[in-house]
Amino acid sequence: MTMRDTPDTRHRRAVNRAVLVVSSLAALFGLVMLIWILSDVAIKGMAAINWDFFTQLPAPPGEAGGGLANAILGTVLLTLLAALIAVPFGVMAGTYLSEFGKDTRLGATTRYVADILVSAPSIVVGVFVYLVLVRPFGNFSGLSGSVALAIIMIPVVTRTTEEMLRLVPKEVREAALALGAPYWRMMFGVIYRAAAAGMMTGIMLAVARVSGETAPLLFTALNSPYWMESLNEPVANLTVTLFNYAMSPYDDWQAMAWGAAFVITAAILALTVISRLLLMKRKPS
Amino acid sequence: MTPMHRANLSPADIPLEKPPLEPTKAPGRRKVKDAKISVRGLNFFYDGKQALFDNTLDIAGGEVTAFIGPSGCGKSTHIRCYNRMYDLYKGQRAEGELLMDGVNIIGAGVSSLDLRHRVGMIFQKPTPFPMTVFDNVAYGLRLRGRMPKSELEGRVEEALKGAALWDEVKDSLHHQGTNLSGGQQQRLCIARAVAVEPEVILMDEPCSALDPIATGKIEELIDGFRGRFTIIIVTHNMQQAARVSDYTAFFYMGKLVEFGDTETLFTMPRNQQTEDYITGRFG
Repeated sequence: MTMRDTPDTRHRRAVNRAVLVVSSLAALFGLVMLIWILSDVAIKGMAAINWDFFTQLPAPPGEAGGGLANAILGTVLLTLLAALIAVPFGVMAGTYLSEFGKDTRLGATTRYVADILVSAPSIVVGVFVYLVLVRPFGNFSGLSGSVALAIIMIPVVTRTTEEMLRLVPKEVREAALALGAPYWRMMFGVIYRAAAAGMMTGIMLAVARVSGETAPLLFTALNSPYWMESLNEPVANLTVTLFNYAMSPYDDWQAMAWGAAFVITAAILALTVISRLLLMKRKPS
Repeated sequence: MTPMHRANLSPADIPLEKPPLEPTKAPGRRKVKDAKISVRGLNFFYDGKQALFDNTLDIAGGEVTAFIGPSGCGKSTHIRCYNRMYDLYKGQRAEGELLMDGVNIIGAGVSSLDLRHRVGMIFQKPTPFPMTVFDNVAYGLRLRGRMPKSELEGRVEEALKGAALWDEVKDSLHHQGTNLSGGQQQRLCIARAVAVEPEVILMDEPCSALDPIATGKIEELIDGFRGRFTIIIVTHNMQQAARVSDYTAFFYMGKLVEFGDTETLFTMPRNQQTEDYITGRFG
């Protein structure tokens, strides 16, 4: 007996081909857009980048030269300070969710709120910090900027910490406890160690996410054309600078904005790649 | 004996070698002399649902007792009472008496931390910690306080030799324990447990994730531990129970159906259910 195409199978083959073509095109479309954006940023950005870009203060419009050294330093400091605030909170909250608050109402509520906060528009966080930190103290400040970024980071760190701690098998916990380890020694000696790579990945992804944020800084750290002198004053940063320069009518400022876009994109790409590598290193064990 | 005081000893006071107990392998004996643990009317509940019913038996000191029975019969639940592992989970509760050297270890006022210093446990899946081979074995020793480096090294070596792993890892003590093979990982866990010289070692299906050769090695270890540790092994493998144990307990539906010395239980079971199970008619 030979297999012959019936009208029904021919129809199904046609549908199969059509769906295959359409979905491939959709994938291609996404890829093309991404490459377009990245190549545009890379080409126009690299044109603006030179030694001065990393070492000089911004020049007034119309004047040649100048750089964004203060903004680069500002973004790095704001992000580091935000991580310094967010990581302890996030790790402790994640530990609570995974170890103690599994079936409690507080745990369920915290998890739910964290999930909402992860997808909350960052401008809302910016306005919130503006209301509780900037207005009462009467000035824009780097500290309030870091607090805003930290608020965005905390739920991300919390949830990844929780997930990574949960991945550690129950038997490993029981084995440590069965040796007579108190709970805290089991956590610090065994469980955090087992989850370390995954937790680091979560922290780096959270850093990558906030280092590209503009809206929360617009209301808090604002921006500045000078070097930072204290955390209680507006602090220069790349994203708000990018926003301001891109909107400006001056050609050299717009070129600087492309440079800033390129630096931010490259830094986030590097962070993401490093965290992926960390996660891959974890796998074999 | 005042056993609860032992847990307060510093590591240096725990002797590396224990005097071997007299072997008591007389066949056909039903009563256990020198009971290390006496279980009296043990009931166990998961969120109010009863899982063990009035279990009563003796565990002979320095010998190997096997728990057999079909899945879900309560043997793991039973064994997890001996180190109060159930303390970790809300809603799990044990009732009755579990006397170790005369002290009711599931009663109030007994510290589960102290208890676990005296009762080691090996799990079904090997559980190496994410650290070096050396640190794995030293983990329990370090929990018991600081000791000179040379002594720590000596104890780790002793434990690895005791678990027949030393020759395979002596040149890679500072490699990750998680990179060992499954059988080696399980022997690493055994080394980690014996390093602290517990009185009792619980083994919850220690070979079910291992191949026959690795299983053979573990069984040899168990055999060699006779007289030094009191061993309780849960197993699905009846040949294994027959090979390694001096006493066997058959559990079914949370009840202890039959308990006796291994040879008698396997050759002349008194209970029909036991006979049906060991002859493979159910389970």
